[in-house]
Amino acid sequence: MSNPLYAGRNRRNKIAVSLALVATAIGLGWLAIILGTLLWKGFSGINLQVFTEMTPPPGGTGGLLNPIIGSLIMTSLAVVIGTPIGILAGTYMAEYGRYSKITSYVRFINDILLSAPSIVIGLFVYEIMVYPMGHFSGWAGAVALSLIVIPVVVRTTEDMLLLVPNQQREAAFALGMPQAYVIRNVCYKAAQAGMLTGVLLAVARISGETAPLLFTALNNQFWTTDLNAPMGSLPVVIFQFALSPYEDWQRLAWAGALIITMAVLALSITARTLGGAKKAI
Amino acid sequence: MSIDTTTTFRDSFSSSGKMPVAKDSAGLEERVLVRNLDFFYGESKALKSISVPLYRNKVTAFIGPSGCGKSTLLRVLNRMYELYPKQHAEGEVLFDGANILDEKQDLNLLRARIGMVFQKPTPFPMSIYDNIAFGIGLYEKLPRSELDGRVETALRRAALWSEVKDKLNSSGLSLSGGQQQRLCIARTVAVKPEVILLDEPCSALDPISTAKIEELIEELKDDYTIVIVTHNMQQAGRVSDFTAFMYLGELVEFDSTEKIFTSPGDKRTQDYITGRFG
Repeated sequence: MSNPLYAGRNRRNKIAVSLALVATAIGLGWLAIILGTLLWKGFSGINLQVFTEMTPPPGGTGGLLNPIIGSLIMTSLAVVIGTPIGILAGTYMAEYGRYSKITSYVRFINDILLSAPSIVIGLFVYEIMVYPMGHFSGWAGAVALSLIVIPVVVRTTEDMLLLVPNQQREAAFALGMPQAYVIRNVCYKAAQAGMLTGVLLAVARISGETAPLLFTALNNQFWTTDLNAPMGSLPVVIFQFALSPYEDWQRLAWAGALIITMAVLALSITARTLGGAKKAI
Repeated sequence: MSIDTTTTFRDSFSSSGKMPVAKDSAGLEERVLVRNLDFFYGESKALKSISVPLYRNKVTAFIGPSGCGKSTLLRVLNRMYELYPKQHAEGEVLFDGANILDEKQDLNLLRARIGMVFQKPTPFPMSIYDNIAFGIGLYEKLPRSELDGRVETALRRAALWSEVKDKLNSSGLSLSGGQQQRLCIARTVAVKPEVILLDEPCSALDPISTAKIEELIEELKDDYTIVIVTHNMQQAGRVSDFTAFMYLGELVEFDSTEKIFTSPGDKRTQDYITGRFG
């Protein structure tokens, strides 16, 4: 085969493939370095104390129990607030208002919200909650996080419902099934794995958010489950401890970063498995 | 359907000079009467003044080349087109003397009475049992034992019982294509409709499954009025009592299947039947 056209194409192909490989290596390389550093520095800071004791003053000993609990509380609350709103809105867009103008406007605005800088969301909640209430609070933190959850859930819910074939809906309607039943019993059933994945991704997204919490929940050195008081959270503690000059604080910051990363990784794997399980059915 | 309506119907056809009343139709009752039906996808007219009777306890087949409007017609009969914007129908479809195209017609009740089976099998993402029980539960509240009986009867009618009786709790999606389609027929039959619409029910199936479903259609017509859209002319010939040939949105010819297949009245019908076009 000595067709000059083919030879030239072959050469260009080899160049393109090499470039793609180099780009992949650079991307994955940085990821590996980040994860490697995190594991190296994080594991050396992890011990039982981290999970059982409060954040210490500089030079003292302690752990991350209060920010871990704070993060859990605010993240759960954000999911509890954001998921129903997101699912209902996504359902409206995919099922009831699929062909309406409102839906395209909502989708556009939702896409903006999806990519809004989270610090803006933090400032917004500061204005509407923290300032009027006169103090930082766990509630404000949870609301700020829920504003990040909503667009993610809206988007995945709509996308997953749109993936349900219309034939499936028609088959349900053809039995005389009212629309609410069709949505609950057929569309949701078919889309549930994807929708759940969306919620898990939203959790993964908010569990690392720092900016919206700085303006809302602030931080708390002490144990609290009072949502009306400022509340500690892992990302904010990492932010504060990592910037500090104290070595023991920095070690705890690494440990916290490792905990978040592992939690998010676990969630992502769960989400993937669920997404994959859906295809297997 | 009162006698009066029927008479008017026939008269209106006599006067317009195209009365699709089949030979051998004496003594048959028109279960559904389509009268001067126009259908639009947006601006484009997909059905042009269709008039056709569907006889009780008979199988009526609609044949014609792709895009001739036969599936569209079927989707008018249970107003499935309402799910989509910019589609509308004009004219009359009389069912029990009432025009089902009427704004006031309750769509859920209509669809419970006029069931439909689709081209691709569409089991719901639930167990085999629930696929059938769910439809029944929509309009009837039955104790469990009675429900079990109804599910079994429906599955038996669809000639599926012996194949699934030991795995009623496994997913409907785990069945083969032919079994899924019979499950869909069982599901449709279970809610006790009066008319069953079949939209190319065998086009995704192998010959053995097709034969089973054709046998089933033959049995079902004792209790139901059946309308089938098919691309397969042999199938129309095998299963139907009456055949309507459609072309470019018009009803070219409607008559007993025997008449259509042996001595069609229209040149276009003859060309299509003999495979000269379409």
